[in-house]
Amino acid sequence: MTVGYGKTPLIRDIALQVKRGEIVSLIGPNGSGKSTILKSVIRQLELMGGAVLLDGKSMRAMTDTEIARRLSALMTERIRPELMTCRDVAAMGRYPYTGRLGLLSREDKSRVEETLELVNGLDLADKLFSEVSDGQRQRILLARAICQDPEALVLDEPTSFLDIRHKLELLDILKKLVKTRNVAVFMSLHELDLAQKVSDYVVCVSDTGIGPCGPPEEIFTSPVIRKLYGITRGSYQAELGCLELEPVRGKPQVFVIGGGGSGIAVYRRLQRQGIPFAAGILHENDLDYPVAKALAAEVIEEQAYMPVREETYRRALAVMEGCGQVICSVKAFGPMNEKNRELARLGAEKMRKMAGENRPETEKL
Amino acid sequence: MNRKCGICTGCGDRRFRWSLSFAALILLLILLAFWNIGAGSVELPAREILDILFSPRRQQDAGWHIVWDIRLPRVLAAAVLGGALSVSGFLLQTFFANPIAGPFVLGISSGAKLAVSMVMIALLERGIMMSSGFMILAAFAGAMISMGFVLLISRRVRSMSMLVICGVMIGYICSAATDFAVTFADDANIVNLHNWSLGSFSGISWENVRVFAAVSAAGLILAFLLAKPMDAYQLGEVCARTMGVNIRRFRVELILLSSLLSACVTAFAGPVSFVGIAVPQLVKRLLKTGKPVLAIPGCFLGGAVFCLFCDLIARTTFAPTEISISSVTAVFGAPVVIYMMVRRRQRTEP
Repeated sequence: MTVGYGKTPLIRDIALQVKRGEIVSLIGPNGSGKSTILKSVIRQLELMGGAVLLDGKSMRAMTDTEIARRLSALMTERIRPELMTCRDVAAMGRYPYTGRLGLLSREDKSRVEETLELVNGLDLADKLFSEVSDGQRQRILLARAICQDPEALVLDEPTSFLDIRHKLELLDILKKLVKTRNVAVFMSLHELDLAQKVSDYVVCVSDTGIGPCGPPEEIFTSPVIRKLYGITRGSYQAELGCLELEPVRGKPQVFVIGGGGSGIAVYRRLQRQGIPFAAGILHENDLDYPVAKALAAEVIEEQAYMPVREETYRRALAVMEGCGQVICSVKAFGPMNEKNRELARLGAEKMRKMAGENRPETEKL
Repeated sequence: MNRKCGICTGCGDRRFRWSLSFAALILLLILLAFWNIGAGSVELPAREILDILFSPRRQQDAGWHIVWDIRLPRVLAAAVLGGALSVSGFLLQTFFANPIAGPFVLGISSGAKLAVSMVMIALLERGIMMSSGFMILAAFAGAMISMGFVLLISRRVRSMSMLVICGVMIGYICSAATDFAVTFADDANIVNLHNWSLGSFSGISWENVRVFAAVSAAGLILAFLLAKPMDAYQLGEVCARTMGVNIRRFRVELILLSSLLSACVTAFAGPVSFVGIAVPQLVKRLLKTGKPVLAIPGCFLGGAVFCLFCDLIARTTFAPTEISISSVTAVFGAPVVIYMMVRRRQRTEP
């Protein structure tokens, strides 16, 4: 299909497929056209070319009600209905199934209750929609979309403006929905870390069209993400979902002996204070390693699962010589990082020498 | 009280509230209708009214003529037109998602008024009296023209207060034009026209009653049939579309219906202010729901009660002088609107 606003196509000739029981996420920078694609799928925007097929049948050939029974959506439109309880809002999802006056049958009602339970919204049901929080509202709106009993669900940035707890809850509900009702979910997400964890398939959308697509393992690699978003400052460690600011460059002033996750806080503090630092000796599989790589001016590293070798140690020593201060954040040493214990001892000595005998030894964190 | 339907909680309570409200409105309507027929320069007790209404043998009586020729048509006009007006207001409020929209503030009534008076003057100069149907047609044309302007403006302004201000301005322009026309037209019937252009339920004939009853009934039934998409539309246009509402058709239908209803009212009673805004708001508060299936009949009953009450005051307070109906409805309706705006402001800008 080709999609766009007015007469100018924004994205040309794309083909996407969503299977039942699968979550497909669109990711990409602001303004790249994620919403445009979704709006075209739900017919909010006129398709500029091509077609949307539901179960192999073109939506053009279907009636409004027929489509509504198969496809529902939760878009970003802000609404403020008057005097409607959350149950009323959710029950509106039964629209394509009710008669001329929209009265709910017993079956409709129990469907609504089931759905409210699914989104943990039963305790909200009798409250006025205009008086609950944003996160709760989003849950109720999702319930409305689910009440429609769709085969496919389209969501446009369902987690924006929600706090972390509500984000997790919402995605959890989606996961449950996909599994229990075998629904196809097609959504755009801003949060890469969440997209990575919740999606079965990821589609990158950039200004130039559709970029790489694939399972999250293939897409969430640093080069793909950096290119997609054009990240030049700072870094994004896609595999871990770890976002770091730009490192302070220059000759290291502080040498940080880290490991096992103890160094991360120190690195970040030094970065905040604008002090260039060196980090060492870190194994490539250490928890601290990706952060050190992103933030340190220099990292002394050792191959994974190898005891620190003599030459690595000497290199670390040389770098430490050049630094004005040494910080040791590691508490536990073992056969693998035995050399770090040595470094820490030397570092402490160095600090003592520099500050005279009355200063405390190595700063402990 | 906690009645349960076995599936969800709380719906029994709501149902109880709804039936109670409707019963109260119907009771009030009957009461006020009798009061309206009975009150006036010749007081008629309820028993006599019943007697007159249900026994054809007293045709020679003065009382019979008072009831059948003057008061009953007027009561019917106040009730039916008041109801139609407030339903029209409800439709507009839904359409603009704006609680202070209404046919009068948006200038639609005034547009209808202008068109009717223009046509009336043109015809009177040729010595032709207008038929009821033709009056409605003229009013409808005028209403649609005003509506066109309001729609144009609503595309440009997002804020609901701005929209209302623009509507009020359109209303003033139309009123001014009507005044010009009335001032410079030379005919004895102008006195009548002047009365009408201020809003009044007096001088209604049985022929009028038949026409407006038919038009209002049709409008009302059609509005009721739109209840379901209206309900969905309250959740926003996009949402309604995904649920299978044909938005374009629905919007056209809504506009045509609300214009038709307010045109019908204006053609016979002139512009009646504030009923279209205040009554739907009060009814929604009373029913504690905005569900059109309930709110449309509720608005009709509420509008009928409100207009009967206001007409009673307009007729009797300074008898034999009559106050224009709009003055009375404004006294009771305007505070409701002010209250709505203040409350709304508080909620959006805490």
